[in-house]
Amino acid sequence: MPIMNIKKFSFTYPGVEHPSLRNITLPIAQNKITALIGPSGCGKSTLLRAMNRIHDLYPGNKYDGRIELHDLETGKRNNILEIKKENEFIQLRQQVGMIFQKPTPFPMSIFDNVAYGLKIAGLKNKTELAHRVEQALKDSALWKEVHDRLGKSAMGLSGGQQQRLCIARAVAVKPEVLLFDEPTSALDPISTGAIEELLVELKKDISIAIVTHNMQQASRISDYTAFMYLGDLVEYDKTENIFLNPKEKRTEDYITGRFG
Amino acid sequence: MRLLINKIFLSLSVLSALIGLSFLAWILITLFIKGLGSFHFSLFLNDLINGGLRNLLVGQFILAGLASLIGIPLGMAAGIYIQEYGHGRFSSIIRDLSDIMMSAPSIVIGAFVYAVVVIPTGGTSGFAGAIALAIMMIPVVINTTDNMLSLVPRELREAGIALGASKYKVIIDIIIKAAKVGIMTGVLLAFARIIGETAPLLFTSETSNYFTLDLTESFPSLTVSIYDLANEPEESSRDLAWAASFILTVMVLAINLVGRFITRTKK
Repeated sequence: MPIMNIKKFSFTYPGVEHPSLRNITLPIAQNKITALIGPSGCGKSTLLRAMNRIHDLYPGNKYDGRIELHDLETGKRNNILEIKKENEFIQLRQQVGMIFQKPTPFPMSIFDNVAYGLKIAGLKNKTELAHRVEQALKDSALWKEVHDRLGKSAMGLSGGQQQRLCIARAVAVKPEVLLFDEPTSALDPISTGAIEELLVELKKDISIAIVTHNMQQASRISDYTAFMYLGDLVEYDKTENIFLNPKEKRTEDYITGRFG
Repeated sequence: MRLLINKIFLSLSVLSALIGLSFLAWILITLFIKGLGSFHFSLFLNDLINGGLRNLLVGQFILAGLASLIGIPLGMAAGIYIQEYGHGRFSSIIRDLSDIMMSAPSIVIGAFVYAVVVIPTGGTSGFAGAIALAIMMIPVVINTTDNMLSLVPRELREAGIALGASKYKVIIDIIIKAAKVGIMTGVLLAFARIIGETAPLLFTSETSNYFTLDLTESFPSLTVSIYDLANEPEESSRDLAWAASFILTVMVLAINLVGRFITRTKK
């Protein structure tokens, strides 16, 4: 049973005539990693950003179709494209978190960074807060490196540590889904390796969708892969099938490096 | 040939820089010699009526401080609006208007406040002076806030939203903090600018020989008094004007240096 179900979804940016995504139907499997691959401009980031409605920061976008989110607490399947109220948006984003390409630590202490989402969610109890922050930092394999300087500014961390801090921040609110938008493209190979290990670890509790330009990365960590091209979903299958035995010619051309 | 042209241009620009700098040095040296000559610590203890500057210094700071209390919140709020909330024509009109206001001659602002505040209220007052200075300050603060917020990466806003924060929470908790140093520096420089202004105060607060904290009366102003004292026939008055100019220059320089220091250490 997929955690998210994208059904006949189309998306148009403001002021543009043609949709950037056309008729996408794609499941996001629960407790698995789904990779979105494809050449630049194929719409993979646009699709990812639709999955927690971050597009709505900028007015004038047009959505068609459905994106259903399986609410694990109530068992309901809600169409997130119908969300209009502020508090529903807040709830959606606590259920579906997002990690960006560039690390985005907030200009505050390491502790406050991780506690930020929890405070927004209304958690006030200090002991509970400290406990959740510690757990999130442990889950993100950052605790050992920062436990003695939680009060220090997060800006002093290295790029890889900052990215893991952002993951800790997102994990702390216990989301159902985490969306990663090329999370390692600004990092060195060692930090990249640490983040990849972390993702595989995280999928025990969280379902993951990741946009990546790095095909080795997709094949290393993902369970399912979706190949997109010029706003269409060309092929979706188990990762091993996509890489070893693609059904579509365009998929094969892309993963063998003939274009892209 | 190209080497020659290069040399000519280099020496021309060095020469221009030297000419500019030497005027600055000349001004400072004159100020130091004339100002230090008539400077004495008793200036800080007596009011103008007794040949000191105490009431003028206090008055000038109160005027500039009150102007900041009006100008900084208004300017910051407007800057936040045009950078974070305004999309489209309305905000770009405000931005253009603010840029135009920044280059408005200060005497015009003084005359404007004279017409809309001084005449209706029946006379010059500290309030009128502070309002004139606030009007000078607002566009500078708008411009700094707008520019500094525009330097905050888009991803930081999105990251806040993606954690479930509402837009105003993201602005208050994250964006302003990220731009804090730049905004603080800009505000300090705006303060340094208005503390040395004369023209906006000339017919709004005027100045007073006596110590007062009553903002509904003519209010002591260092800059306006420098203007008055420099026009007096007595040598002693002009010496006092030099001393006041010296003190004012040192203050403005100090504020500017602090501003630069903050930017450099916190970046």
